[in-house]
Amino acid sequence: MAWLRRNLVVIVGLLVMAYILMPNLVVTMFSFNKPNGRYNYEWTQFSLDAWLNPCASAGLCESLGLSLWVAVVAALVSTVMGTMAAFALGRYRFRGRAATNLLVFFPMATPEVVMGSSLLTLFIAMGIPSGQVTILIAHILFTVSFVVTTVKARVASLDPALEQAAADLYATPSQAFWKVTFPLVAPGIAAGALLAFALSFDDYIVTNFNAGATTVTFPMFVWGAAQRGTPVQINVVGTVMFFGALAIVGFGQLIGARLRIGSRRKEAL
Amino acid sequence: MAALTQAAVGAEAPVSRPRRRGGLVPLVLLAPALLWLVVFFVVPTISLASQSLQTGDIDNGFTLTWNFAVYAEAMARYWPQFLRSMVYAASATLGTLVLGYPLAWFIAHRSGRWKNVLLVLVVAPFFTNFLIRTLAWQIILTDNGPVTGFFRATGLTAVLQAMGLTDNDSLLGSQFAVICGLVYNFLPFMVLPLYTILERLDVRLLDAAGDLYANGWQTFWRVIWPLSLPGVVSGTLLTFIPAAGDYINSRLLGNTQTVMIGQVIDAQFLRVLDYPIAAALSFILMAAIIVLVAGYVRAAGTEELV
Repeated sequence: MAWLRRNLVVIVGLLVMAYILMPNLVVTMFSFNKPNGRYNYEWTQFSLDAWLNPCASAGLCESLGLSLWVAVVAALVSTVMGTMAAFALGRYRFRGRAATNLLVFFPMATPEVVMGSSLLTLFIAMGIPSGQVTILIAHILFTVSFVVTTVKARVASLDPALEQAAADLYATPSQAFWKVTFPLVAPGIAAGALLAFALSFDDYIVTNFNAGATTVTFPMFVWGAAQRGTPVQINVVGTVMFFGALAIVGFGQLIGARLRIGSRRKEAL
Repeated sequence: MAALTQAAVGAEAPVSRPRRRGGLVPLVLLAPALLWLVVFFVVPTISLASQSLQTGDIDNGFTLTWNFAVYAEAMARYWPQFLRSMVYAASATLGTLVLGYPLAWFIAHRSGRWKNVLLVLVVAPFFTNFLIRTLAWQIILTDNGPVTGFFRATGLTAVLQAMGLTDNDSLLGSQFAVICGLVYNFLPFMVLPLYTILERLDVRLLDAAGDLYANGWQTFWRVIWPLSLPGVVSGTLLTFIPAAGDYINSRLLGNTQTVMIGQVIDAQFLRVLDYPIAAALSFILMAAIIVLVAGYVRAAGTEELV
């Protein structure tokens, strides 16, 4: 009883963890299913069919390609714009700074359905047809604030003495920036870019408002598929994304650990 | 998301005061992002307001007639869906808090060398498309599945039915399923800010409280909880705001009685093509959230959050 009380928080924590991970386990398991009929809801029989023919579901791979392309372009543009803005907000004093911060915050606090619909009214009013361009505009809009916030935190935590030290060592301002400041901020920029990519790749609601009838991103494909029957290939994509992300994180940790060990060895020498 | 969390909690970013006057430099740096936000966020918001006050139809076009009556009409027609969205979002927020708090504490103070692994596992589901994960809930809660079987065997289905959360002895297609889906979808948004704040909490305070004869509950309620409030506030905001506008869960896991306001806005804009009503609903949703959030932040006494 005393043991239970002491470890209650651990038990509850593990149960909640199971709740968080259960859908991913189901997605993985059902990627090996061979369903009777169009709906992949009940386990019938083990099969590698979907894994061997990932593009067999008509339209899936095209939508995946479009989503990847949109996510890369949106992440690139919003990372460049967002990083520039983050430096301005993190390093300079100017009139209207507080208002700008608020303007950056608002899109993050707006429900997607409001953002998507208000953009749609603009595109309707201006007569801009929905398609890839409107999707990109929308995706850059809702990712740029996240980039600004991520990079700004990094810029704000920089020690100003470092650039002064560089100047003392006869670095020109541009040398000081590219050789000292930028490498220190780079992890923040990388994190912002990854976040922008992930947000864009996963978005359904805003995209659905601004994509039109013929431009189908991967989340829109999944939504459409869910109305007509669920191809097993969807689960294959979900499984690859989940374990791919875990592998990338694990690999990153491993390299980080190696680097730390390496630098410690150098210090020891 | 981690960024928003970090920004909202203010963690790991010692607030260093911007130290330069750069003349035109900051303006040039800001120009592209600022232009984008103004043209595609501020202007659309105005265009949304204007659209809501226009009359007409899709074939003959709309003209601005300052038809404020549309707001009364929108509320008269859709207040149940509106109220439902707020209630579901609030319930889901409470659910994420109740489930997320123990998990955050467990990761912060009891997980030892598994801490980083657990943190990664909390975020990892985000890399699988959330529609796919919500469809997985359809499989989990299906009528012949083990979960429904367990709920029936233990009498939990009867309890849920008595509470009005399900209509019959199925779990799928009920308020229960929708709220479970919302809790699941937004749980990481609660866990991460809570973790950030709990991780920095000095555990010696617990010993001190014990020395002063506080029991477990008193220690939690009078020491841990007040100190964790900033994390609670940002976690609840990060959960409530998107949950109130969400309609994926209500659409995929609910029934015709669980329709949320986002679903109505989507249908009016994209299928019924009644733009004024749709714009009015969208505007009301935004206004309601701003008012609720402002009131909540003020009550919680953390205005510097935004």
